[in-house]
Amino acid sequence: MASASKNHDNLPGGIVGKTIIWVDDRFPLLENWKTHLAEYYAPKNFNFWYYFGSLALLVLVLQIVTGIFLTMNYKPDAALAFASVEYIMRDVPYGWLIRYMHSTGASMFFIVVYLHMFRGLMYGSYRKPRELIWIFGCLIYLCLMAEAFFGYLLPWGQMSYWGAQVIINLFATVPFIGEDLAVWIRGDFNVGDATLNRFFAFHVIALPLVLLGLVAAHILALHEVGSNNPDGVEIKQNKDPKTGIPLDGIPFHPYYTVKDIVGVVVFLMVFTVIVFFMPEMGGYFLEYNNFIPADPLKTPAHIAPVWYFTPFYAMLRAVPSMFGSQFPGVAVMGAATLILFALPWLDRGKVKSVRYRGPVYKAWLAAFVVSFLILGYLGVVPTTVWGQLPKGLPLLGGMDTATLVARVLTIVYFLFFILMPWYTKNDKELPVPERVTS
Amino acid sequence: MSAIVEEGVDPKKRRLLTIATAAVGAAGAASVAVPFLFSMKPSARALAAGAAVEVDLSLVELGQQVTVEWRGAPVWILHRTPEMIAQLEKNDGFLADPQSAASKQPEYAKNAHRSRDPKFLVVKGVCTHLGCSPTKRSEIGAAAGDLGADWPGGYFCPCHQSKFDLSGRVFKGMPAPTNLEIPPYAIAGTRLVVGDDKA
Repeated sequence: MASASKNHDNLPGGIVGKTIIWVDDRFPLLENWKTHLAEYYAPKNFNFWYYFGSLALLVLVLQIVTGIFLTMNYKPDAALAFASVEYIMRDVPYGWLIRYMHSTGASMFFIVVYLHMFRGLMYGSYRKPRELIWIFGCLIYLCLMAEAFFGYLLPWGQMSYWGAQVIINLFATVPFIGEDLAVWIRGDFNVGDATLNRFFAFHVIALPLVLLGLVAAHILALHEVGSNNPDGVEIKQNKDPKTGIPLDGIPFHPYYTVKDIVGVVVFLMVFTVIVFFMPEMGGYFLEYNNFIPADPLKTPAHIAPVWYFTPFYAMLRAVPSMFGSQFPGVAVMGAATLILFALPWLDRGKVKSVRYRGPVYKAWLAAFVVSFLILGYLGVVPTTVWGQLPKGLPLLGGMDTATLVARVLTIVYFLFFILMPWYTKNDKELPVPERVTS
Repeated sequence: MSAIVEEGVDPKKRRLLTIATAAVGAAGAASVAVPFLFSMKPSARALAAGAAVEVDLSLVELGQQVTVEWRGAPVWILHRTPEMIAQLEKNDGFLADPQSAASKQPEYAKNAHRSRDPKFLVVKGVCTHLGCSPTKRSEIGAAAGDLGADWPGGYFCPCHQSKFDLSGRVFKGMPAPTNLEIPPYAIAGTRLVVGDDKA
């Protein structure tokens, strides 16, 4: 047995200690405990922005647990699905609570993930040596979008149906193979029972498995290279010569487990207020048209995707069809998510954190955030929201103002990435301190 | 047992064997993937559900539109008024494909009114952009409200704001690239058959 080589000195005595030793002789229990919690040294200067990683994990668990209980009463059948959701809401004891937790959890997942991604962007957490963490994160984000999309079809309401119709038809625009591809995804010539049934399979088992694997890879990669921090200073470069522990590092447990519990409590306060008092969130978390059963013959008069997709939807809508094909808009929308993957190699700055970046980078970051938010808003409202440009204008006369704004902001969104190698390289950056501050 | 034998080994042969084994394994995996991927194609039941639909045209009043389901998608039958028909040619200059050259329709519907009989428009109510079903907005001009004072009457897609005229032809600069599709159909007296060229 391996117990001779393992140090079991500081364990409690009695049955608890004996059980731990028995397990540890057969499974790397203490080793993992140390690597990932008790002796994982994280920078001591984590701030507010560092709550969202652990919160994302919390929401993932919430979604899985509530999801399992929803499947106990949900029926993935076009003839039964809508009524089975109503049954959960009205007849199943606490069914309303479990469903509202799941639907609120979906939106909260995106809020938390967007903030988590912005943190990474702001503090340069995607930079060497953390490129793979960022890439796993981008894959998680794509997976999450797919998961949300598949799940949204399940209630089989009007928005479920027409949202799926539009997104699947995005694939139909791919030149040459598109039409067949869309039929293959749907399993029918229109969104129907076959589509619902397979989306259920993807939503409840296929993607959750992928998601869990990616989350594990994300965390393993993080614990291999260590966490970044608001200063973008590598704490591993200043270790205590005796212990080899980073001078600016503190063990994740108990310090950050306790800090994260504070975050969890505050998050759950917000979460429960939404679940109990405003689960529909004014039509943003649960869209009103989705309380009408799916009707393949009639599209609702006002249709918009759920809020977390709207920035990309606004881009799709802003790009006109070219050469008799709507593929360019779809390609722009796809590129908007895929370009995130290139970020670690686009950034040529010497510093990581926004704290020591020059004014040009800061301006671009601000422009990017503003573009993303306004695009998100424009994706919710009709293109006529800001009226039309005066007819007399050359070229642009009579065009919807909002469409023009969306086009400009789409360009800003892409320029943030495309021009990054230049503006980060030539920016006036501030000197980075040796050690983390505050 | 000992470690892998390294003495008297031909590394080239070993590499070849490794590559060959991996290739055969990959081919096997790809072959196994085929039934799984093909199982996602439309089933025999889905393929069989495509029967023609009959409509009694005498029940469709002047200016009225009825919707029937054909192959799971909406097909509209619009009984056009003389004013609606007269408006069609005035739209030509504002349309992306007024002659329906790049659009899908049977030969007999490839004309200015896109139908067998100018009075009856039979068209698939599925936007050529991303498959939503546009809304009929046959009111003209200021009466249409949000569509502007020069709106000539037509169809408006709620998803991405594509606009079509009352023969399903798309206006210029819209997300939809082509005119609405005309399904095969036949008319015999007042009997309309959608989904079959021969009544």
